[in-house]
Amino acid sequence: MKQFIAFIQKEFHHIFRDTWTMIILLVLPVLMLILFGYALSTEVKNVRVSIYDPSRDSMTEEIVRKLESSEYFTISGILDSPLEIEKEFQSDNSALVVVFSEDFSSTTLRGGAQIQLIADGSDPNTAVTMTNYATAIISGLLQEKTAAPPGRISHQINIITKLIYNPEMKSAYNFVPGVMGMVIMLICAMMTSISIAREKESGTMEILLVSPMKPLLIILSKAVPYFFLSCINLLTIILFAVFLLKVPIAGSIPALLTVSLIYIFVSLSIGLLISSVATSQVMALLLSGMALMMPAMYLSGMMFPIENMPLALQWVAQIIPAKWYIVAAKNIMIKGLGFSSIVRELAVLSLMALVLITVSLKRFKLRLE
Amino acid sequence: MLKYLIEKEFKQMKRNSFLPRMIIGFPLMVLLFLPLAANFEVKNINLEIIDHDHSLLSGKLIQKITASGYFILSDLTESYDDAMKSIELDRSDALLIIPSGFETRLLKENVADLNISANAVNGTKGALGTSYLSAIIRDFNTELSQASKGPDLFLPSPVEIIPRYRFNPYLRYPVFMVPALMVMLLTMICGFLPALNIVGEKEKGTLEQINVTPVGRFILILSKLIPYWIIGFVVLTLCFGIARVFYSLTPEGSLATIYLFASIFILGISGFGLVISNYGKTLQQAMFMMFFFIITFIFLSGLYTPVSSMEQWAQYFSLFVPLRYMIEVLRQVYLKGSHFSDLLVQLAALSGFALFFNAWAILSYRKSE
Repeated sequence: MKQFIAFIQKEFHHIFRDTWTMIILLVLPVLMLILFGYALSTEVKNVRVSIYDPSRDSMTEEIVRKLESSEYFTISGILDSPLEIEKEFQSDNSALVVVFSEDFSSTTLRGGAQIQLIADGSDPNTAVTMTNYATAIISGLLQEKTAAPPGRISHQINIITKLIYNPEMKSAYNFVPGVMGMVIMLICAMMTSISIAREKESGTMEILLVSPMKPLLIILSKAVPYFFLSCINLLTIILFAVFLLKVPIAGSIPALLTVSLIYIFVSLSIGLLISSVATSQVMALLLSGMALMMPAMYLSGMMFPIENMPLALQWVAQIIPAKWYIVAAKNIMIKGLGFSSIVRELAVLSLMALVLITVSLKRFKLRLE
Repeated sequence: MLKYLIEKEFKQMKRNSFLPRMIIGFPLMVLLFLPLAANFEVKNINLEIIDHDHSLLSGKLIQKITASGYFILSDLTESYDDAMKSIELDRSDALLIIPSGFETRLLKENVADLNISANAVNGTKGALGTSYLSAIIRDFNTELSQASKGPDLFLPSPVEIIPRYRFNPYLRYPVFMVPALMVMLLTMICGFLPALNIVGEKEKGTLEQINVTPVGRFILILSKLIPYWIIGFVVLTLCFGIARVFYSLTPEGSLATIYLFASIFILGISGFGLVISNYGKTLQQAMFMMFFFIITFIFLSGLYTPVSSMEQWAQYFSLFVPLRYMIEVLRQVYLKGSHFSDLLVQLAALSGFALFFNAWAILSYRKSE
């Protein structure tokens, strides 16, 4: 035990000696959280719209004014001919072109009036959302204009809408748990994988392994300081999320801490596994940085809904630890639930930790012989 | 002199068993799998309906909703608590509550209420789900009003609002993602590898041997730059092939334009990598720095979420992100067929980055110390 503690101390010295790396390790996660918490948003606003309006009557002008006054749209140009539409898109001047039919207001009474919303469909999400908004604004205005004369009764269904968990629809509520999952995993895995690969590359690992310490303890002693650093990272991330990004922890804090600690453990074991495979630092870095970052970003449900993916990828997503952590973090932080809601996530993550650590330790022993 | 140095770089790369495989394998992996996962579309909304009314009308409404294609009826229940439970467990995304007496009130008093509750942790999904549902209900209401008035009563014919989606009429997500992912690949390969290059040689001690030769720092940086430039072209060409074969995507605009912009972009991002490599003391430091910048670049570039939806300060920030311009170029040329003259701003920005970073890389390289 004494030896073990001495080894851990040695590892701590390694980290503290390199001030720059330490600063990077501690500041990086916070910077990333702030950046993404503020910058990421799938909301659609400030869409640049241009108008082609051959009739230019009071009705079309009112529609244009109504679009302009909404927060979603800014009018970027008035076109003189439909031939200019293509050019508008190619120069990226507008993302939406509203085309009115001729003699608009007189044809609205007779029937046959038409408004085309030509959207730049290259971004499907934005395209659908902006045509939806524009349709809602325009049809709302038209309904006012062409309302049934008073006296005639029609049915009316009042729709009362409640947005639960996130009534203000803040993007941060969705992204912050995701960013936490990604940041913790990447930092932890990268830290451990590199530090062991470095000892291997410089040959010092051999020296460690011939010492009277058991290989298991040597490896663990390397993981302990990083576990400690990761816990500090976790705390700063949570503090910044709550106090700066105003993302609440509505549920049980002990539950959040428990699942986070297990998740850190899983991430550290992934680092161990990578370093047991990698023969050089560069390879360890590329494996942990790239091969891990991609799935963590794409398949964890952080950015893209898993239920939209093809079935095969949905299966792959199930083995991504970040996926389980993000679900658990959302349940606790945003939905305000407790331990009982994350039993499955806890079980899956614990199992992953167990498997990963066993496999990576087995591989280390093999290399010894 | 330069020729031999470049030859040396390629030899070093070839001797590393991992790098050449990564240069081919990574683009394949990214372009084959990620576009399938990257889908923001809001579909398959699981709707739970609590029908307290059990009337002919409520039945008709439910039928209309399920026939719309947007919603999957996850459950029909009587109890609000059960329904909330199913939202907590993510089995349902939204609830529709039909109060008892819905039919009688609507037919007798012409007014009735419906309640919608939506899980808004993911704000976009919550908002779009409720807006789809409201639209269906409004439709239902109009049909009902018209039916009750009899066919002879003529309502003013509504203005036809037609959405059209240019460049991507079927709103396929890969069309949007693939060109941008090409830029991400170029960044990862032509940015990360140079960032590890000089530090790597520093750590190994091989840089010392070059430093004692009369090779100037300009030539040295150039010899580091050119191999990545060539690799970039290989990767890009490979990407075009994959896009062609697997997504039937061919550029609308000219390939020459893309290659021209790519050549400037690669110089810029490799230069940036070399700057980091010059300042890094260890591989670990360089990797973490590069990792931080690249993730930031990726998120602020508009690859996932539109730049125009970001906070104002993030939009200013994104002006300094080279990826942003290159992604604009690729999406514009690939999807919309934009011409060189539409992209002068991007040309100026990318050239600026390339000059700035490479000048910095040359100046910050120290042969002594």
